[in-house]
Amino acid sequence: MLRVENLRLPPLPSLTFEVAGGQCLAVEGASGSGKTRLLRAIADLDPMSGLVFLDGAERAEMPAPQWRRLVRYLAAEPGWWTDTPRGTFPAIVLDTPRLERQLAHVGLSCEHLDRDIERLSTGERQRLAFVRALLDKPKVILLDEPTAALDTASAALIEEQIRYQLYSGRIVLLATHDAGLSQRLSHNRLLLPKPREAAPRDMGTPA
Amino acid sequence: MSYVSLTPVDLAIAALLLVLTGAISVAFRLGLERSLAVSAARMCLQLGVVAFVLKMVFESGSLLATGLFALMMLLATTYEAQSRQERRFLGSVSYLVGGAVPFLAGLLASLFAAIAIIGSDPWWAPRFLLPILGMMIGNALAGVTLVLDTITSAAARERGAIEARLALGATRTEAFQDVLRRGLKTGLTPILSAMAVTGLVSLPGMMTGQILAGADPVEATKYQVMIMFLIAGATGLAVVLAGLVAVLLLTDERHRLRLDRLSPPRSGG
Repeated sequence: MLRVENLRLPPLPSLTFEVAGGQCLAVEGASGSGKTRLLRAIADLDPMSGLVFLDGAERAEMPAPQWRRLVRYLAAEPGWWTDTPRGTFPAIVLDTPRLERQLAHVGLSCEHLDRDIERLSTGERQRLAFVRALLDKPKVILLDEPTAALDTASAALIEEQIRYQLYSGRIVLLATHDAGLSQRLSHNRLLLPKPREAAPRDMGTPA
Repeated sequence: MSYVSLTPVDLAIAALLLVLTGAISVAFRLGLERSLAVSAARMCLQLGVVAFVLKMVFESGSLLATGLFALMMLLATTYEAQSRQERRFLGSVSYLVGGAVPFLAGLLASLFAAIAIIGSDPWWAPRFLLPILGMMIGNALAGVTLVLDTITSAAARERGAIEARLALGATRTEAFQDVLRRGLKTGLTPILSAMAVTGLVSLPGMMTGQILAGADPVEATKYQVMIMFLIAGATGLAVVLAGLVAVLLLTDERHRLRLDRLSPPRSGG
């Protein structure tokens, strides 16, 4: 159970909501309404006031790196810090059947690990980052436009993987402009108002 | 060998070369003759003042006078560090990392030289301590400026990569290890290349000065070698300190990247 309490993201009024295990919360709102900021704040990547609990433990109770191993933020544009993707994967999973399987699930192979980052397509990079983010089995997955750069077939593969994560009891927060995707996956929706509007309309999220 | 004292007339003759450069500026309409004159006058004034102050400090030989002169050097370093940085840290920490770090590293290296190597008596003897301190600070400052520029610009440019690592559960030192290593390497480059080409391409200013002032070239060289080692030590210390402090300032205790602690980039030009 992920519980967000009085989270302040100016100029939005404070947010309070809960998402249970196996549930997907769609975070909706116009561009610039703060979807990315909300996901980043939950992962503790930006300073802001408010409480976030995972299974009763507030994030301040543990070191931030430990929190982010449980609550994983996947940026819309994934970051790379080596010439090929290989170096950004944990050494322990490299060249294992498990990694090969995970890559195959999103339509990639181990061969993609050794291509220059620059020579991979945006969609390939996004799928590689998706696999990388889920390898250590975080409990909460914060997805920021996970299918934005993907063609229909690849997007379907990612959707299938998100569904699998939900079956496994993970909590998913999904910020996407793909209305179909969010409709098919989400159990609840959180609508962030446009910056000028008064309050966020909480649409059926159990408080 | 004897020491040839320069008279004001000698200096005036040397200044003819400056006039020549000014003439070139006029001939090619570079428009530099004015700033050339101003810079030259400024240099004479600064060096003149420093020479007289140094003479007074040397003659008094007191710890207080030496300390005051060192304090002036600290202020000048801090000012210089501020004006050199492309993006500096907001608030007073900026002075700490840019000014105090090179000064501290320079001071440690100079005291080490004065006490353990030269064995000057008293240990603060300004004739040894102050010139060495100046050289140490100057070089450490160059290294620190490079480190800070490398790390702050890399943090801004590679924000996505650093935050991706943080999001995957890396600590701030893990997320910054590549950037830090690159920064330290850049900061140590000048002293490395200086040691490699010294004597071949350039005769260091200190050595030239000593030889002109009548010292035996072998003796002057020994001093120069010591100075280079000291510079390497002071620069290394300053570079590491500045790099670590920069990483700590660019992140917070919750291991977040805090680019908001940097001033906006200076507009080009």
